[in-house]
Amino acid sequence: MSTVTETTMSHHEIEEAHNTEKTVFGFWVYLMTDCVLFAALFATFAVLRNNTFGGPSGQEIFKLPYVLIETIVLLTSSFTCGLAMISMQQRKREQMLRWLTATFALGLVFLGLELSEFHHLIVEGNSWRRSGFLSSYFTLVGTHGLHITVGLLWLIVLAAKVRKGGLNSTNVKRLTLFSLFWHFLDVVWIFIFTIVYLMGVIPA
Amino acid sequence: MSGLLTFGSALLGKLNWDQFPTSPSTIVGAVMVVLGGGAVFSWLLYKKKLGWLWREWLTSLDPKKIGVMYIVVALLMLLRGLADVLLIRAQQATSSGASHGLISADQLQQVISAHGTIMIFFVAMGLLFGLINLVLPLQIGARDVAFPFLNSISFWLFAGGMILVNASLVIGAFSGAGWLAYPPLSELKYSPGVGVDYWLWALQIAGIGTLLSGINFFVTILKMRAKGMTLMKMPLFVWSVLGTVILVMFAFPILTVTLALLILDRSLGMHFFTATAGGNPMMYVNLIWAWGHPEVYILVLPAFGIYSEIVATFARKRLFGYESMVWAMGAIVFLSFTVWVHHFFTMGAGADVNAFFGIMTMIIAIPTGVKIFNWLFTMYRGRILFASPMLWFMGFVVIFTIGGVAGVLLAMPPIDFQLHNSLFLVAHFHMMIVGGVVFGYFAGLTYWFPKMFGFKLNETLGKWAFWCWAVGFVTAFTPLYILGLMGATRRLDHYDASMGWQPLFIVAGLGALLVCAGVGFQVLQFVVSIIQRDKNRDLTGDPWNGRTLEWSVPSPAPVYNFAVLPTVDDHDPFWEQKQSKKKLAEPVYEDIWMPKNSGLGVIIAGMVFVFGFAMIWHIYWLAILMLLGTIVTIIIRASDDDTEELITAAEVAKTEKALRQGSAA
Repeated sequence: MSTVTETTMSHHEIEEAHNTEKTVFGFWVYLMTDCVLFAALFATFAVLRNNTFGGPSGQEIFKLPYVLIETIVLLTSSFTCGLAMISMQQRKREQMLRWLTATFALGLVFLGLELSEFHHLIVEGNSWRRSGFLSSYFTLVGTHGLHITVGLLWLIVLAAKVRKGGLNSTNVKRLTLFSLFWHFLDVVWIFIFTIVYLMGVIPA
Repeated sequence: MSGLLTFGSALLGKLNWDQFPTSPSTIVGAVMVVLGGGAVFSWLLYKKKLGWLWREWLTSLDPKKIGVMYIVVALLMLLRGLADVLLIRAQQATSSGASHGLISADQLQQVISAHGTIMIFFVAMGLLFGLINLVLPLQIGARDVAFPFLNSISFWLFAGGMILVNASLVIGAFSGAGWLAYPPLSELKYSPGVGVDYWLWALQIAGIGTLLSGINFFVTILKMRAKGMTLMKMPLFVWSVLGTVILVMFAFPILTVTLALLILDRSLGMHFFTATAGGNPMMYVNLIWAWGHPEVYILVLPAFGIYSEIVATFARKRLFGYESMVWAMGAIVFLSFTVWVHHFFTMGAGADVNAFFGIMTMIIAIPTGVKIFNWLFTMYRGRILFASPMLWFMGFVVIFTIGGVAGVLLAMPPIDFQLHNSLFLVAHFHMMIVGGVVFGYFAGLTYWFPKMFGFKLNETLGKWAFWCWAVGFVTAFTPLYILGLMGATRRLDHYDASMGWQPLFIVAGLGALLVCAGVGFQVLQFVVSIIQRDKNRDLTGDPWNGRTLEWSVPSPAPVYNFAVLPTVDDHDPFWEQKQSKKKLAEPVYEDIWMPKNSGLGVIIAGMVFVFGFAMIWHIYWLAILMLLGTIVTIIIRASDDDTEELITAAEVAKTEKALRQGSAA
């Protein structure tokens, strides 16, 4: 922040700008702790991935084309989220809301695809009770899905806020945090796609 | 009839009348919990203080008040943990040969598990975050923490976990699987009751509170320091808290995951740690210690910070080797993540792995040694004032060093194979945690007490308390070293008379009684000091001739901490200012925005607590209801744009004048 803007801002406004900076930094830090959480889940998956105990291995149950579609859907939702942020910076409220709606729809499709994959596995008798490998698979991928669910819920609240209050500084802050969260989940998914699915279908 | 039963189990889960205590000792425990809580509640009701308590304390977002609440909870839990100690010592002193002691083996396992859980999670962690809340914003010249509302949630989650642990006394039973609940014992097959579930949910809830606190104070330290306070000018307590919160942020997510996985094993039939179906119990042990070893440094680093403040103040000298202290702390933070396997050398990871972790464990003693010597060099040629905080420090040096040397012994895998799981280990870690951590927090509590309440604690009784604690503690644990070398294992409920252990166990029991006398003196110290508070008023705001910013404001500190935010250009800013004898310019007051009180923190944590309780008893409709309630409340709070209130410059001037006049009178 340059000194020119500081002199034109009231004392309370400066404090508020400082608060936004603090919140965004704090949210970053939270995401890093979430990163450690996922790291621990990845570690348990790595330990248990061959413990199939007579049940199916990753090679037998993962369908890569299906997972690729899931991946494309989620990556696209991250892209539309980025477009929404650009619209926000250009103060185009309606356009931003449209991109957010697209983000929401894609997120929902992703979640649906994931749940249908889970459902399929469970129906075939390959639930989390089957083996250590499947327990760790469902937990790791499910935790990501749970984060996506929270994100979708958050998006609904945010859209309502923006409709009511427009792009005021508080809403801009909230949207910034959401976009950080959403991109973070994207990054985690890339690791899941690589470590769980791609490496999972490589013959042992 | 069966329809009625299904309805009942849907409504109440596993809860029924059989879950209330039946044996004499558990009934006593339950009655004490209920009567204690009831008595406090009725007293408040009688005095018409409930509204006051809610408005002034429970809903407060002032970190100083939140800090006091942490400390009150921690001290109450200290008494509970101490009651457990007396049971353990009495059992082991009497349960030899034909006698089987006072309580059953099963109950003893519960008592020991509760003792460890309570002392670490609800006493040590409570005192830790209590003191951090009280002192840290003042030391960095800030008016508040980064996220005051989050701070309130953290505290209430901690309190919720505490209530869950104690609720197990009244409804159901506590875990008997040890303070870290190793599987497969803690799996559903071998611990089918609700005890382990109580343990899991209490720790999960309190642990998430701790993680949020960690993030909060990390941001507070990095973003809210006074002008001119560069990292290398921060007081050492602030440095130690920075180290601790970094460890919290790396370690507590691992705890969250570990507990969650065991919950999934127990509730959804997963196979993470089961001994069958491809589960791996040793993975739990690795995960829990990947959190657990950093956890002991999370506890001890702020104690190191407190000692650094106290030694400099009471030796009336600048701390020796400030920079080496900071680097030593940094080394400890890093190394603490490289030693966890030393908790289970006997796993059989192989000689190379054990050698690596053994060497890393010995290396961590080096930065710790650097710190001890720096404190001793600070004392060298100082004009030492032997006030009670200084006594706690000197007790710490002796006990911590003995315990530390025992730790280096245990770091050698071949020796550890002999002493693993023995009372030698128990003696070692108690000397580290009580001698290092608890003594440090007691010192800090005595040192900063005037800053919270405006009067000093009675010194004579404080010194009596110290001597009872120190002598009693050494008497209680020296026999355990010997017993450990003789082969006595930990968590022992009975031993043969021919072992010849009983005399040593009796000596240990007498030591524990002396420690209790020490606690008695501490209780007396609080009572007498409160009665004599007018005699011991701290009128200057600086009762110990302190060096750091918290002593530059009046005692008790006003809600906004600093009427005028300070500027810093030295390690010991307040000391330098006093030495320079410069007349301070007449302060120009300004409007101050402070967060409004909010009851939503209590409500959110309250619903999370009920959620935990419902999950323990499988009352799923209640769990879902509470989860929804929590989400809605969070949304309500996040939508509230009006969370601050203004204190005008005139009001600040008036408050300051009153406080300073109080100091003149």
